[in-house]
Amino acid sequence: MAQHSYWQLFSSVYSKDVTLAFRQRSEIVNPLLFFLIVITLFPLAIGPEPALLARMAPGIIWVAALLSTMLGLDKIFRDDFNDGSLEQLIASPYPLSLSVLAKVSAHWTTTGLPMVIMAPVFALLMNLEAQALGATVLTLLIGTPLLSFIGAIGAALTVGLQKGGILMSLLVLPLYIPVLIFATSAIDTSSMALAYGGQLAILGAMLAIACVCAPIAISSALKVSVS
Amino acid sequence: MRITNLLEIKSVTCTKQERCLFESLSFSLEAGQIMQIEGPNGAGKTSLLRIIAGFARPDEGEIFFDKKSIRQYYDEFAAQLLFIGHKTGVNGQLSAYENVCHWLCVHGCKVDKQAYDLLADLGLVGLEDVPVRTLSAGQQRRVALVRLWLNNARLWILDEPFTALDKKGVALLQAQFKKHLEQGGAILLTTHQDLTTHFDELKTLVLEYQF
Repeated sequence: MAQHSYWQLFSSVYSKDVTLAFRQRSEIVNPLLFFLIVITLFPLAIGPEPALLARMAPGIIWVAALLSTMLGLDKIFRDDFNDGSLEQLIASPYPLSLSVLAKVSAHWTTTGLPMVIMAPVFALLMNLEAQALGATVLTLLIGTPLLSFIGAIGAALTVGLQKGGILMSLLVLPLYIPVLIFATSAIDTSSMALAYGGQLAILGAMLAIACVCAPIAISSALKVSVS
Repeated sequence: MRITNLLEIKSVTCTKQERCLFESLSFSLEAGQIMQIEGPNGAGKTSLLRIIAGFARPDEGEIFFDKKSIRQYYDEFAAQLLFIGHKTGVNGQLSAYENVCHWLCVHGCKVDKQAYDLLADLGLVGLEDVPVRTLSAGQQRRVALVRLWLNNARLWILDEPFTALDKKGVALLQAQFKKHLEQGGAILLTTHQDLTTHFDELKTLVLEYQF
């Protein structure tokens, strides 16, 4: 089959998911709102002392980003599983991993990307130093697609279960820990005006591996869930 | 020229929840043939169709399409397969036209304006652009069945295609079956109603409910 038709499949699956997310706006707004609520509640709970907030900001921002990514994960394959679209994707002449890559990209566009864009504003709320702003945005830019990839593996494994949400969190959260460690470490390092290229490189390497391997893992998991 | 044994099922066994649905089931389907699978509820009709479509793995046995094992050559098989199950793969939030276009892209068919005419032929005039969930069950089924007019697959696997369709819809569908068979395709379907049109090459397979 010609190359352009692979692209046709990718764009069709991608645009379907993005269109659906825009039609049910809560899918885009909910994670972002959750992110904002966590960020605004912290200063109320621990006190508005600027130095303390700045010290805790990287951790809070990243934990909030991680949890709000999890909010929408369950939905990533649920609707397609329920209405039979997943079977149609499997019974298509194209590799399932390509459709999966498109679905994960769509998930990131609708949940991860808005967080990356809003992060500088939220970082200001936490009194994060200006020099750490760049690192925050960069780690989120590399880290949130990684979260989507890893989370989608868990979502694919649990899509066939009636209440797979909790099991999925248990499966996925431990795998999020390395991302969290390197991302917050990068922001910490940058707030001390040191080079944080090393941590970013590791995050980038993890993303590269996830890009290649996760779609294969996800498509195998989906085939198991469907059968 | 007729290609013999387009689809060949060799001693397939399926067990679910410790109940044997069918054991060492073998049959074959030639190009131009239609096979109707009959049996009471729970006899394993849907399970059989899902195994043949490659979604589920049989406990034993193998399935060949064009003399090639579908496990090994699934992509080639998928290019020749059209499967419409109980879950039709129609998204309720999207419009009928969007659903059809998406399906065409997923199955590597060309997208053109033809889809609008076809939706009209199937009695969905003026409903092409409203969300499918607002349509009636029969109309939603029609949206799913548009695929029968738009594919180049040789094997159709249809699980209860007549559900919720009116008499006119059933007749329309059977006319399309006939056309597909004349073009050298094969059809495997389950249905509780008898086919009202006469097919020369009709085979029936009866699955018994086993305890």
